[in-house]
Amino acid sequence: MSSPDTNLDEVPEGSEPVADPARDAIVAALADCLGDGLVASEVLAGTDVWVRVMAGSWLAAATVLRDICGMAYFNFLSAIDWMPSPFGRDMDAQVDLVGADDPQVDPEPLAWGITGGSTRFQMIARVHDPVGHIGVTVKADLDTDNPRVDSWIPVYPGADWHEREAWEMFGITIKGHPNLVNLYLPSQFEGNPLRKDYPLLARRVKPWPGIVDVEAMPGDGDEPDDGGGS
Amino acid sequence: MTDVSNRNQLAYIAAQASDARVNVEFETEGMTLNLGPQHPATHGTLRVIVKLDGERVLRADPMMGYMHRGYEKLAEVRTYPQVTALVNRIDWLGSFANEVPFILAAERLMEVEAPPRAQWIRTILFELSRIANVILFLGDMGVQLGAVTPAFFAFRDREFVLNQIEAVTGGRFHPNFDRIGGLKDDIPKGWIEETTGVLGRIRTFCDEIEDLVTGNEIFQARTRGIGVIPPEVGLAYGLSGANIRASGVDWDLRRDGGVGLAHDQVDWKVWTHPDGDSFSRYWVRLQEVREACGIIEQLLGGIPSGPVMAKVPRIIKVPAGEAYVETENPLGVMGYYVVSKGDLVPFRVKIRSASFSNISITPWVLEGTYVPDVVSILASLYFILGDIDR
Repeated sequence: MSSPDTNLDEVPEGSEPVADPARDAIVAALADCLGDGLVASEVLAGTDVWVRVMAGSWLAAATVLRDICGMAYFNFLSAIDWMPSPFGRDMDAQVDLVGADDPQVDPEPLAWGITGGSTRFQMIARVHDPVGHIGVTVKADLDTDNPRVDSWIPVYPGADWHEREAWEMFGITIKGHPNLVNLYLPSQFEGNPLRKDYPLLARRVKPWPGIVDVEAMPGDGDEPDDGGGS
Repeated sequence: MTDVSNRNQLAYIAAQASDARVNVEFETEGMTLNLGPQHPATHGTLRVIVKLDGERVLRADPMMGYMHRGYEKLAEVRTYPQVTALVNRIDWLGSFANEVPFILAAERLMEVEAPPRAQWIRTILFELSRIANVILFLGDMGVQLGAVTPAFFAFRDREFVLNQIEAVTGGRFHPNFDRIGGLKDDIPKGWIEETTGVLGRIRTFCDEIEDLVTGNEIFQARTRGIGVIPPEVGLAYGLSGANIRASGVDWDLRRDGGVGLAHDQVDWKVWTHPDGDSFSRYWVRLQEVREACGIIEQLLGGIPSGPVMAKVPRIIKVPAGEAYVETENPLGVMGYYVVSKGDLVPFRVKIRSASFSNISITPWVLEGTYVPDVVSILASLYFILGDIDR
């Protein structure tokens, strides 16, 4: 898994790469062009790179990535709702904790992933360099009460449907989108299903029968049955 | 070719001239045509609303959602091993290939690696899924253009591939065979020889299809120069797989992706075509089936010995983190962005499916084409509805 997918000339083979000039260069280019618009970045050498930008620099980041970093390929665009589910830590996979109308009293604090975060909603998009074979994941924090962000369509026309999906599933307003209508859901549908506070009604009505998921593994026969964690 | 296009051009000019005379007296009026949801060119239930001016398409709007199953939401209430049963149903013609990137993403987060034997068998099944998926396209492409015979050939020979997948996994369509850290089971006895025989049949199928379809004059006239997608447009729309390689972009994640599959252990070639039209998309896929046969044949000859499962805990808790892993699936780039908070279930799974992006170019590419070409272009872009709607 740690095999470098780029820069085979520069990274010595067989050893864990410690420096990743190609990915560092992308972060540097974004820092140059966006200035304070670049909030955080993380390079996992030889594997991946994440950057977090201000919501106001969202469109500018796309322009820089396409024009300066050679990221001609639009991969995907979506959003993450970082609010812990009010229906329990594992949503409701373990036990039917609470009803949809009775959220937990003490909600867990928000916790973010790579490159951190500051608000509930985070935009996430990924672009790719089809020549240098590097992908970049871009994130941006959005306002919690009124999540709004610029459309990427002027830079990557393929963002059109992805943004419609983010709009209907997370309720994120895409500024400048020419056709912000439901993509998957019926037009009269209410709510944003991928938000964490939107209950999965099927699970509320009937508990999931497959709560325990333990199956014998190949080559496990000669070991004691409780050999989990070996 | 030139004769046909000249004839078309002359006919078109003549029609324009007569139209112009008529239009002095009559205003033409647009017409809306509903293609689907139950159209054979849609592989499921895609509805394309086509606004026409005469035979010319002014605007085409695909309507999705007839099969939306909400896998991204459902994945948030499934444990990691349970998610593979869901994602199996995304691209149902090449199911095993759907499981691979998700499992690889989970493995990257858990920092486990499948043993070499598991990686090789994974790659073999991955490529068998590709063959099972793409040969149906090769037959289906003929059906869309009026030739029914290739489809029967495709269904006949796909069955042999499905039998091989079933022999290993127990499932023809939904194997659910990939595990975090390896595979559920080893391959059965005698399977390698049988599979080698099946590969021979598939090669014969490719030759048959080439005889039947590729050289056919009608097929050529209806696909050459139709639905041309320039590489920069294709890239900006997120086209992937054979669709983008048919536009001359030399990019294949099997070679360039660097994820834990065994493609780098064998010799094979990435096929591209400079034209970017319907024909080249068909042609690249035909070559890729042949190439997949070669990949499997080489892999079958050298499967390393050893276990097929790494040591992983019984109850799988994936450490907190984020990983995006994409692989070159039969339909194109398929990736999973997995966000874990250290629980039994993923916090968020973003499924980047190939057909969703591939088909998002249709409004652009269908504009200005003619009604019969709509079917030819849609068929050549090759999508599976489950892969669009997820």
